Amino acid sequence: MSFPLLTATAVLPAIGAIATAAVPAAKRTAAKWLALLFSLATLASAIAVLVRFDPDGDRYQLTESHAWIADFGVRYELGVDGIAVALIALTALLIPFIVLAGWNDADPLETGSKRWRPTQGFFALILAVEAMVILSFEATDVFLFYIFFEAMLIPMYFLIGGFGDRAHEHGEEKAATQRSYAAVKFLLYNLAGGLIMLAAVIGLYVVAGNFSLTEIAEARADGSLDMATNTERWLFLGFFFAFAVKAPLWPLHTWLPNAMQESTAPVAVLITAVVDKVGTFAMLRFCLGLFPEASTWATPAILVLAVISIIYGALLAVGQRDIKRLIAYASISHFGFIVMGIFAMTSQGQSGATLYMVNHGISTAVLMLIAGFLISRRGSRLIADFGGVQKVAPVLAGTFLIGGLATLSLPGLAPFVSEFLVLVGTFTRYPVIGVIATFGIVLAALYTLVLYQRTMTGPVKPEVSAMPDLRVREIAVVAPLVVLLVFLGVYPKPVTDVVNPAVEHTMSDVQKKDPQPEVEAAK
Amino acid sequence: MSATAVHSLWTTAADPISKIDAPKIEYGQLAPTLIIVGAAVLGVLVEAFVPRKSRYYAQMFVAVVALAAAFAAVVALAADGYGTTKAGIAAMGAVAVDGPALFLQGTILLTALVGLFTFAERRLDPEAHGNRVDSFVAQAASVPGSDSEKKAVRAGFTTTEVFPLLLFAVAGMLVFPAANDLLTLFVALEVLSLPLYLLCALARRKRLMSQEAAVKYFLLGAFASAFTLFGIALLYGYSGSMSYSTIAQVVDGTVQDVDPALADTMGNDALLLVGAALLVMGLLFKVGAVPFHMWTPDVYQGAPTPVTGFMAAATKVAAFGALLRILYVVLPGLRWDWRPVMWAVAIVTMLAGAIVAITQTDIKRLLAYSSIAHAGFILAGVIATTPSGISSVLFYLAAYSFVTIGAFAVVTLVRDAGGEATHLSKWAGLGRRSPLVAAVFAVFLLAFAGIPLTSGFAGKFAVFKAAAEGGAAPLVVVGVISSAIAAFFYIRVIVLMFFSEPRPEGPTVAVPSPLTMTAIGVGVAVTVVLGVAPQYFLELAGDAGVFVR
Repeated sequence: MSFPLLTATAVLPAIGAIATAAVPAAKRTAAKWLALLFSLATLASAIAVLVRFDPDGDRYQLTESHAWIADFGVRYELGVDGIAVALIALTALLIPFIVLAGWNDADPLETGSKRWRPTQGFFALILAVEAMVILSFEATDVFLFYIFFEAMLIPMYFLIGGFGDRAHEHGEEKAATQRSYAAVKFLLYNLAGGLIMLAAVIGLYVVAGNFSLTEIAEARADGSLDMATNTERWLFLGFFFAFAVKAPLWPLHTWLPNAMQESTAPVAVLITAVVDKVGTFAMLRFCLGLFPEASTWATPAILVLAVISIIYGALLAVGQRDIKRLIAYASISHFGFIVMGIFAMTSQGQSGATLYMVNHGISTAVLMLIAGFLISRRGSRLIADFGGVQKVAPVLAGTFLIGGLATLSLPGLAPFVSEFLVLVGTFTRYPVIGVIATFGIVLAALYTLVLYQRTMTGPVKPEVSAMPDLRVREIAVVAPLVVLLVFLGVYPKPVTDVVNPAVEHTMSDVQKKDPQPEVEAAK
Repeated sequence: MSATAVHSLWTTAADPISKIDAPKIEYGQLAPTLIIVGAAVLGVLVEAFVPRKSRYYAQMFVAVVALAAAFAAVVALAADGYGTTKAGIAAMGAVAVDGPALFLQGTILLTALVGLFTFAERRLDPEAHGNRVDSFVAQAASVPGSDSEKKAVRAGFTTTEVFPLLLFAVAGMLVFPAANDLLTLFVALEVLSLPLYLLCALARRKRLMSQEAAVKYFLLGAFASAFTLFGIALLYGYSGSMSYSTIAQVVDGTVQDVDPALADTMGNDALLLVGAALLVMGLLFKVGAVPFHMWTPDVYQGAPTPVTGFMAAATKVAAFGALLRILYVVLPGLRWDWRPVMWAVAIVTMLAGAIVAITQTDIKRLLAYSSIAHAGFILAGVIATTPSGISSVLFYLAAYSFVTIGAFAVVTLVRDAGGEATHLSKWAGLGRRSPLVAAVFAVFLLAFAGIPLTSGFAGKFAVFKAAAEGGAAPLVVVGVISSAIAAFFYIRVIVLMFFSEPRPEGPTVAVPSPLTMTAIGVGVAVTVVLGVAPQYFLELAGDAGVFVR
């Protein structure tokens, strides 16, 4: 039996979480280093997965399968396709930067009880989330996926509710109230989505008798499993609802701005760049894979929701006064693009959507983490409290600009490639939708540039005049990500090579072929 | 009825002196119950003859040994195949020894053992005049606030009678799900209820509330018992028998020998329907299903917390066992009549429990309403009327009882000057002050909410799966919706503990003796094990899922 690489990739951060949580209260710094060490080890393991993965090989590779709960027809089945590999790599890549960026975010302000160890808890929770996210990317058993999809809410909830920005414009007490409101809202939205999905998971079991993606796909292919049209549609809706909450898609998005606004910047990155990707990933793997006909049936409605998300998110981003809220609404707009790419049902659209997930993860991480550094320096999240930062802290302002330009998909930076692919892929099949979505790009230029202009340019405000530039630790966080943005913008082939074969499989799941270009015959 | 029929009744009754056989009792198969009853009687003797100083230890010893021995007997019987191949009916048709009975008896005994540890806890309440005291009243007969009460406290009295009372209740609970005729069922019901009524009245603090709870419980319980008894009478009139299998045969129309004296009323559907309804009503009262749930919050709140935990866990197990047997063994022929009614009861129970719990401000009342919602979830599994319905209910009961008893054990730890601080506002910031206790309680709450990787999720999945397979998909949807509602108030408590600032005059967390620690530890361990690796226990419940007729 070969080495269980996929399990190892998920177990490493889990062990790290336990080890970090066990560090005594006084040894805070040791806990931080331990967390960083384990996140790097996970990254190494994820790179090993990437290396071992053969893009032209079987659909699911590095598979593992063990008996688990036979009574429920559940097996511990792991396997990755190209899409999963890309997202696992993204997750493992971002976590060390998140840890590094949040290095001092959870130090206790005053010494409370001797056993109160917020720092240890903070990093342990981040690693726990990482373990569960990776497992949910790897699971090829629907039930196994569901377990981690749901369970990751709990550490995430404590991260949002337990740790917030140090400085808050309304004082600590109000901040605590708003934080717990955001955490509860996050949890209730996602839990409700998950429970609806639970009903569909049970329904799937009643129909199919097991939870294995591969077995169900085989049974459907050879005709031994025949789902009634209505059943399939209900089950699809149950699954899709949960993923749409997670992704988040308009009108189920309202938890995201609250959650991102109230949590610390690294946690906000964790939410939007890592955890939310599970939602869009699951649409590809489970909605399209298990319910191809229902997916086709629902496509028009979902595309409309996606376009609304794109435009609505961008419009609201333009109007925000709070930097983090602005980035949250921008993310909603971007998730609209991802969902649109997935449901355009073209290979360009789906490759673009997968690439978009990776690029959005990186670009949002850059933008949000620098925003976090900025906010912690000034002690305020309001755009109006800043001005002229580029004169005081040029490196900070410059990297912030790159992050912003990436967000508006400037050619030469990674998100451009994916956004272009998504739009082209959509346009070939749904021209009207594609055209409307293009306005999202225009609005993106508006909100990022206005954000940059208001905070970074203009006369230096007295409150920011003493603002220090990025420190070494902070540069270490930002620089590699910026390099990656440029690299993938110029040369996206490494990612597309991994992703494309997997997208072909998904396309064949839904029995769709790309529309052929029609050229009017010359007269 | 004609005169000859009456006369023949007369003569046959007087005639068969020679036919009276000595009853044949399978002592081995009844060992678990007999051990507990014997120990309970021994406990009464201990109370009478052992000096006051050593009573506590003597009673503890008797009770622990009895519960452990009875559990060993259950395991031995199950290992011997009495749960599967050798399942049969013992004691002249009065008691069934089969898979569900043994599984539930095992669960009840373990729950009772863990519950017993919380009963025996003596480190939480501050010492009264140099004597360590538990959560029970010094002298139950003394009027609250009177001189005699003060004297009793000063003398360091403790109510060690709680141990035999607990054992008597356990004895009733063991028989309740195993009863195979209606009279045994009724006797078991009374044997389990009466000690519980008493135990509810024995709180050391807030005595008036405790006594009020006991009176409420007693009055409503007596009502329910009366309904049950009336139902039994009607069913006897309908079938001419107390035995489960005979009644089932009459319901199915396959009965062989008809008692001529009862030929007139036998098979009268009105008697059957009313009788079954009244009988089931009595059982629904015990499980706390809406609309027979009114007693639950008051009793849960007023009773001493260890009693609440024990009652919430073990009574529910026993009552659901009895309900399952009645519905699956006696009334399967009537399922087209009872299923719609139970559908309605389950839906109302799930929703009402979850919705009303949201407004609660007392942790014990909150857990009471949560237990109502859980009764609704279990009913969804009962309604399945499939073998997987039985096994899923068995599994759920085992999982739920340990979470419950653990959760109430944590409630006993959080205290202020007035005893346990059960008002929710006092729990604010508990996570800061004692992270471990708050974390443990959070685990229990997450299990109640059915978050994956806890036993609550495995149980919930099992019953909902059974319900969906049994064709009750709408029930699953309602169940899922009420789970989402219920999640809200569980989460609210977690928010309060972890994200709120501690109050300066807030409660302290008492350091318990190893007894309560064991109880909580077992609760956490079972919650996690049943959540992560439930396969063995699901198989156990699956193997145990066949009733004998």
